[in-house]
Amino acid sequence: MAIDLRPGQSLFTLVFRRMRSPLVALITVYAVSVLGMTLIPGIDDQGQPWKMSFFHAFYFVSFMGSTIGFGELPYPFTDAQRLWVTVIIYASVISWLYAIGTMLALVQSQNFRRARGEQSFTRKIKRLREPFYIVCGFGDTGQSLVRSLHLNAQRAVVIDNESERIDLIDSQDWDYTLPALFGNADESNNLSKAGIHHRNCKGVVAMTQNDNTNLQIALSAKILEPNIKVICRAQTLDAERNMASFGTDLVVNPYETFAEDLVLAMEKPSMYLLERWITAPAGTELIDPVFPPKGHWILCGFGRFGKAMYQRLLKHGNPVTVVEAKPGWTNPPKNTIIGRGTEAETLQQAKVKHAVGIIAGTNKDVDNLSILLTAEQLNPKVFSILRQELAVNHHVSRAIKPALLMDHSEIITSRILENLITPLTGHFLRQARLQEEQWASVLVSRVIALLEDEVPLTWVLSIRKDKTPAVWEQLRNNHDVLLGDLMRSTTDHLINLPCIPLLLQRRRKLHLLPDEAMPLKFGDRILFCGRDRARNRMNLICSTQEKLHFSQTGETRSDGWLWNLLFNRDQEKPQSMLDHIQKNGHKKNKKKSKTNG
Amino acid sequence: MNLEKVVFAFFILLALTLNFGFFLGKMTNPVEHSAYALFAAVVVSLIATVLKIGHRTHVDAFLLATSLVADLQLVTACLVWGVVVYGMGIDMNAHYMSIIVSLSGGALLANIVSVIILMIETATQRL
Repeated sequence: MAIDLRPGQSLFTLVFRRMRSPLVALITVYAVSVLGMTLIPGIDDQGQPWKMSFFHAFYFVSFMGSTIGFGELPYPFTDAQRLWVTVIIYASVISWLYAIGTMLALVQSQNFRRARGEQSFTRKIKRLREPFYIVCGFGDTGQSLVRSLHLNAQRAVVIDNESERIDLIDSQDWDYTLPALFGNADESNNLSKAGIHHRNCKGVVAMTQNDNTNLQIALSAKILEPNIKVICRAQTLDAERNMASFGTDLVVNPYETFAEDLVLAMEKPSMYLLERWITAPAGTELIDPVFPPKGHWILCGFGRFGKAMYQRLLKHGNPVTVVEAKPGWTNPPKNTIIGRGTEAETLQQAKVKHAVGIIAGTNKDVDNLSILLTAEQLNPKVFSILRQELAVNHHVSRAIKPALLMDHSEIITSRILENLITPLTGHFLRQARLQEEQWASVLVSRVIALLEDEVPLTWVLSIRKDKTPAVWEQLRNNHDVLLGDLMRSTTDHLINLPCIPLLLQRRRKLHLLPDEAMPLKFGDRILFCGRDRARNRMNLICSTQEKLHFSQTGETRSDGWLWNLLFNRDQEKPQSMLDHIQKNGHKKNKKKSKTNG
Repeated sequence: MNLEKVVFAFFILLALTLNFGFFLGKMTNPVEHSAYALFAAVVVSLIATVLKIGHRTHVDAFLLATSLVADLQLVTACLVWGVVVYGMGIDMNAHYMSIIVSLSGGALLANIVSVIILMIETATQRL
């Protein structure tokens, strides 16, 4: 059954277009039945000729048509009436069947369900009151991103062109309603439907597997709404450059990112560790430092990931032997060993016994696991890097304990979150990368001193009236508040809370590792890392005058309003009250003079 | 020629003519207003309404509205008739007849508007 569904057509209209002929049939049958009943003469209980009125006829046809059947009312029928009733019984049953059958067929049809889904999607979008992001592509990476956004109290809207993934959302348990649209995200009208013009739409994230699709999404999004944030996933350098060329806000290439990180870990292991700690989601177990060795590496698989790794390793003076099964497709360097790398022979050929590291980087998880197991048998000391393609293989990948795991969806998610949720972290990491390894190792040892068995928590403190009222009040009264004042224990003001200020942002200026003696100003944003306890205490200090005073001076002070009023302890409040009274009085006088005039 | 359009116009016109037929006659005289005529007017008006639902332009929406007004007035007229004769058990008299006829007069006006819109739309379609 084909249903002509145009955009914007409501479900109501759709139903009535299809139901038009059944409804006309029903009305006609009822009308003819009623008319017939009023025309055919009957006999009443006294044996007198009698004609049914419209009222009685309609009553009779109503209960007969709905097969309730109260009987022959108000008087027993004549044979002529019974003949007519026989006819209209069949007519009414058939017309009802026709109407109900059409209705059921309509409800079950694919188009109707799609239209209904789309309508409820549009309704959900309209009702969104919180800022949200449009996530195009709901594969492993998309799901992981949406989950992380939800954890950070951010909403998402999903577009995917596989109906199974959309259906999956209904059966999954999401903390918030997750509107999902079935369709191609690179068609711009789908972006519009998903609410790109909505005033709460903060950005579009193109997460599909296909670079071209992502490019198309980014381009349409930038044209439709130049001011919103557009984030793209790219898998090749070409696509990355192309996307960046028209102002895409962030392009994440997981392969390049990972390759860069590996080189960073080789050159500056402390810096790498610091980055891992700070970007890891809260509650992750403490990550151990890794020291990727320099020397001869074996690279299995020369796809997009392989190429990125190959170039980086070579650039930093590490000889690489490539193992590739289909050299015709991927165009590897000349001395490539042909084979999958899953069998001992190829690996021996690649001199695995003398290699310092091996990268299992094909696009098949089974092959990668097999490569690592084989390599570890031949050379147990080899530094192993495992590429994980599908999230379902997560448990196996972890169990095999590679020195490093390349999980592209994790890389993409953390990069995007860093950009969307905690931009200050991104600023810090960029500033940190400019520093020496020595600087990083000192910072790492400072951080270690604060921690137990989890990665440090990072949080941002903004000096604003609504976030830190106590600090705001002090600054307003021209009292200095030092950064260190916020970091004192609430029970002993000589002890510092377990946290480190990483970065202070004052307007456009960034202060890396700000000093504790630095006085705060309105609008400052400070990135801290440390333990959960420190964050809670800090929030307490920033919001209560009493605690702030204690942490500044070590003195306990009663801060009751009545107390202050009675004993005039606080000089500020009476003054400001006086001011207030004076001003009001002034106004009243003005009013009076006006009325007098 | 499109059969659907013919049927559409046919029912709209028929709704008007039947309505007019019932309306004809002295307002207060029950003898001059047949229950059959009112019944036919209601049925045709309902069918015309169903035919009008599901179109999408602004004019179509207006057409539907006129039909709904006519339905409302005619059905109310029927209800008045039924309630007076069977609910209250009074024989039809001049007072109630005038109420019924004036209700149908309102419906007649709505039907006239409907036909005028249809004529304008037809005239502006293709000349």
